Amino acid sequence: MINLTINGESITAPEGATILEVARMAGIEIPTLCHHPDLSNVGACRMCVVSVQGARALQTACTTPAADGMVVDTMSEDAVETRKFVLEMLLTDHPNECMTCEVNGDCELQDLVYDYGVKWPEHNGQRHQWEINPDPNPFIFIDRNKCILCSRCIRACNEIQNRDVWNFAYRGFQTKLVAGADQFMLDAGCESCGQCVAYCPVGALYDKMSIGLGRVNQITKVRTTCSYCGVGCNFDLNVRDGRIIRVTSAADAPVNGMALCVKGRYGYDYVHHPDRLTRPLVRAKWLGREAVEERIAAGEWAIFDEAKQRLTHRRPPNDAQTPIPNTQYPNTQYPNTQDLNTQLPPDTFIATDWDTALDVVANKFAETKKKFGGDAFALLASAKCTNEENFIFNKFTRQMLATHSIDHCARL
Amino acid sequence: MTNSIRDIAEEARCIFIIGSNTTEQHPVIGAKIRRAKRHRGAKLIVADPRRIDIADYADLHLQHKPGTDIALLNGLMHVILREGWQDDEFIRERTEGFEELKPVVAKYTPEVVSEITGVPAEDIELAARMMAENRPGALLYAMGITQHTVGVPNVMSCANLQMLLGNMGVPGGGVNPLRGQNNVQGACDMGGLPNVYPGYQKVTDRAAREKFEQAWGVSLSDQVGLTVTEMLDAAERGDVRCLYIIGENPMTSDPDLNHVRYSLQNTEFIVLQELFFSETAQFADVIFPAASFAEKDGTVTNTERRIQRVRKAVDPPGEAMPDHWIIVQLAKRMLALGATTPDPDAPFADWEYQSWRDILEEINALTPIYAGVTAQRLDAGEALHWPVFGPDHPGAPILHVGKFTRGKGRFVASDHTSPAELPDEDYPLMLTTGRVLYHWHGGEMTHRAQGLEAMYPEALVEIHPKDARKAGVADGDLIKVASRRGEIVAKAQVTDRVEPGLIFGTFHFAESAANFLTNPALDPQAKIPEYKVCAVRVEKAGSSLDERAISE
Repeated sequence: MINLTINGESITAPEGATILEVARMAGIEIPTLCHHPDLSNVGACRMCVVSVQGARALQTACTTPAADGMVVDTMSEDAVETRKFVLEMLLTDHPNECMTCEVNGDCELQDLVYDYGVKWPEHNGQRHQWEINPDPNPFIFIDRNKCILCSRCIRACNEIQNRDVWNFAYRGFQTKLVAGADQFMLDAGCESCGQCVAYCPVGALYDKMSIGLGRVNQITKVRTTCSYCGVGCNFDLNVRDGRIIRVTSAADAPVNGMALCVKGRYGYDYVHHPDRLTRPLVRAKWLGREAVEERIAAGEWAIFDEAKQRLTHRRPPNDAQTPIPNTQYPNTQYPNTQDLNTQLPPDTFIATDWDTALDVVANKFAETKKKFGGDAFALLASAKCTNEENFIFNKFTRQMLATHSIDHCARL
Repeated sequence: MTNSIRDIAEEARCIFIIGSNTTEQHPVIGAKIRRAKRHRGAKLIVADPRRIDIADYADLHLQHKPGTDIALLNGLMHVILREGWQDDEFIRERTEGFEELKPVVAKYTPEVVSEITGVPAEDIELAARMMAENRPGALLYAMGITQHTVGVPNVMSCANLQMLLGNMGVPGGGVNPLRGQNNVQGACDMGGLPNVYPGYQKVTDRAAREKFEQAWGVSLSDQVGLTVTEMLDAAERGDVRCLYIIGENPMTSDPDLNHVRYSLQNTEFIVLQELFFSETAQFADVIFPAASFAEKDGTVTNTERRIQRVRKAVDPPGEAMPDHWIIVQLAKRMLALGATTPDPDAPFADWEYQSWRDILEEINALTPIYAGVTAQRLDAGEALHWPVFGPDHPGAPILHVGKFTRGKGRFVASDHTSPAELPDEDYPLMLTTGRVLYHWHGGEMTHRAQGLEAMYPEALVEIHPKDARKAGVADGDLIKVASRRGEIVAKAQVTDRVEPGLIFGTFHFAESAANFLTNPALDPQAKIPEYKVCAVRVEKAGSSLDERAISE
């Protein structure tokens, strides 16, 4: 352990820690932009400069190891003025678009400019005019005009995702964040995990699917576990007006931290897809023709257009792609829903109500159990359902239907 | 998994992946493994018949033929034993059956194994050395190991290797199956299996049966139920009259889809709970609209046995309801009809659950490995990896520490056995199946995720340039792939990711799902179909999609 003084406070710290780490452990805030606790330190942005007694110049707190006997002033006039200068320089080449920016209120640059009272710089120098949204990647929006060259995206791709898509190209004022050899992201090996977006401190990288749908003060975040694979990544569903508008990383997610994959981060829109089933469906033959006609006439039930439902999300398979029927297992044609106006085939799905649909099933199950016993039932639980749902489904199988024939897709 | 994701990512000195396309199927674990390899210097060995993405990062890629895992694993053990690299102390104190293993493994010299697997003998030597010199080492596998008629012996052989190296019960070690679905672990844990009650309490075990009889107030059978593949056979025969399916789509995910369709058509009454009108929905009699993960509360269990929360963020659309609500409603109606009359004094006879927390309490009471997984502890953010035997038990991120669950770890040696169906004159190519990064299983969700669908809009079949040339097929051509069970048409992706003689397809696209082709031959014990190997032939099928579009 070592002892040092920060802002007059004497602090004991483990050896090998940086000034920034020691300060944060002691609850002393030092501003940063290019630093992120998950990533290596590069000392690029100079926001974290502090005065160290005896040092020739200001030191970057993120890269300078704390040493025994060190005396540090994080708010020296020199340090504060330097930070203001750095921020002002960043603003000289930054669009003044907070009003319309996606990350307004969720921007580390904006916060620091505010905290340090930096005024919008009047200058006639050069400003970048990068093309906005130049990359066809369906998930990741790029606005290089907002890029502050902090390299967090580069390090996130290199150190978290380990894909090395991003880098800087060219020199000086021409320095540009590029994918691969200044290619499109996907051509540079991008897996669209969106880690770069998650680590971007400003609005240079953003989630394309969420553009214009809501900013941080307009949403509520709900922490949950991903619905795809078994890794168990946690993230925040960003909800506005009852709709999921974005998935954001949660730094304290126990399994995955900030990391997510393309499905977890960008595969959520199925939840609100128009194909979602919204009413209990029962084939007409289980309801009786009279009841169906009566309830449809009363506007309570409706005919469910099966053919349309099945195909809205995909282009219709052309002939060549339809599986060729196998003679061993002859194919039965799908129920014909063409002539619904003139007749009602018994296999027509009717959109009914919960009471009706539940009663149809309960009655059929009860009758079958009475006649044929538990062996007449087989149940498939779901690896997509919760533990609680699977538990009571297992109870339903064994207690209610008196069979152990329950399984799920674990083998598939 | 016997170990946690974190200890493998941070402490394994060697990571051996066999039969897992990790960066595409468990991408966040895949990224952590790439990080371990590149930033921490862990050794990475990948055994897979295809040049999958993670193989590009590996120190060594063992490109063995599908269905030769046992031979490969025996070969590695052969070299380890020959060189005396085994962990004698671990074997002596922690295991049994080692003497029986030796003569079996003795037959699998690198040369013999090379002949069976197609892996150069020197690579087998090198891999064994890497594993021996870099301990602890973690073994990761997925369905590339299990979806074979020798699925169980494959897994046993993985365990043999890890015990031989003393890689069990230590951080950075273990035998680690990567579970597929977000809650496939939990579905198994909660008794979604025909042979066990929740917590793997056997239905054939008298004490377990009596426990649940007392809890639920009914008498219970001591006969094991049917597995999914057996259910369909029983349905075809008419023995099973009612199928009740939640959130599963057998019409894309089961083997030999023509047979599945026939079985479903022959089932008298099918009830389905779904988000969408799936391929299976066409055969249902009643469909209940269900809530998605974002529309309900509860818990799920990940691949490292860690129990985590899902939380409701939005309302389900229309009249859709969470699955637990639907099941409870149905149960109450069945009770009212007198379909079953549980003893009202039994502590868990009734179905009066107010929320997921009430159900979790019943789970706590009846499932020893979940006894301490309480809502309070989860809410407090505790990391609970089962078994959690009580409210004060900390759980077990790493299993088999100091002692195996069964006492001693048992070596069970296996010999190489060929897959049920191998290429022949009529069907000269081998088909292996899997998944891609951008889609999920039968695609019910990902086909309706706009960006994912844009990234991967149609079924592709990987075929080696040599085989493509032979069939007169160019990249992007439509090809017809036929097996003894069915045919599909899909776009050819000519690539050397596969070896000559091997093609690869997915079941993500219902209209050209590889499962029209796959062989329903089962592992006799685990009842897993042999998705990873079957025999097929290919031919060019008309013009390419692009040309077709132009001509239209």
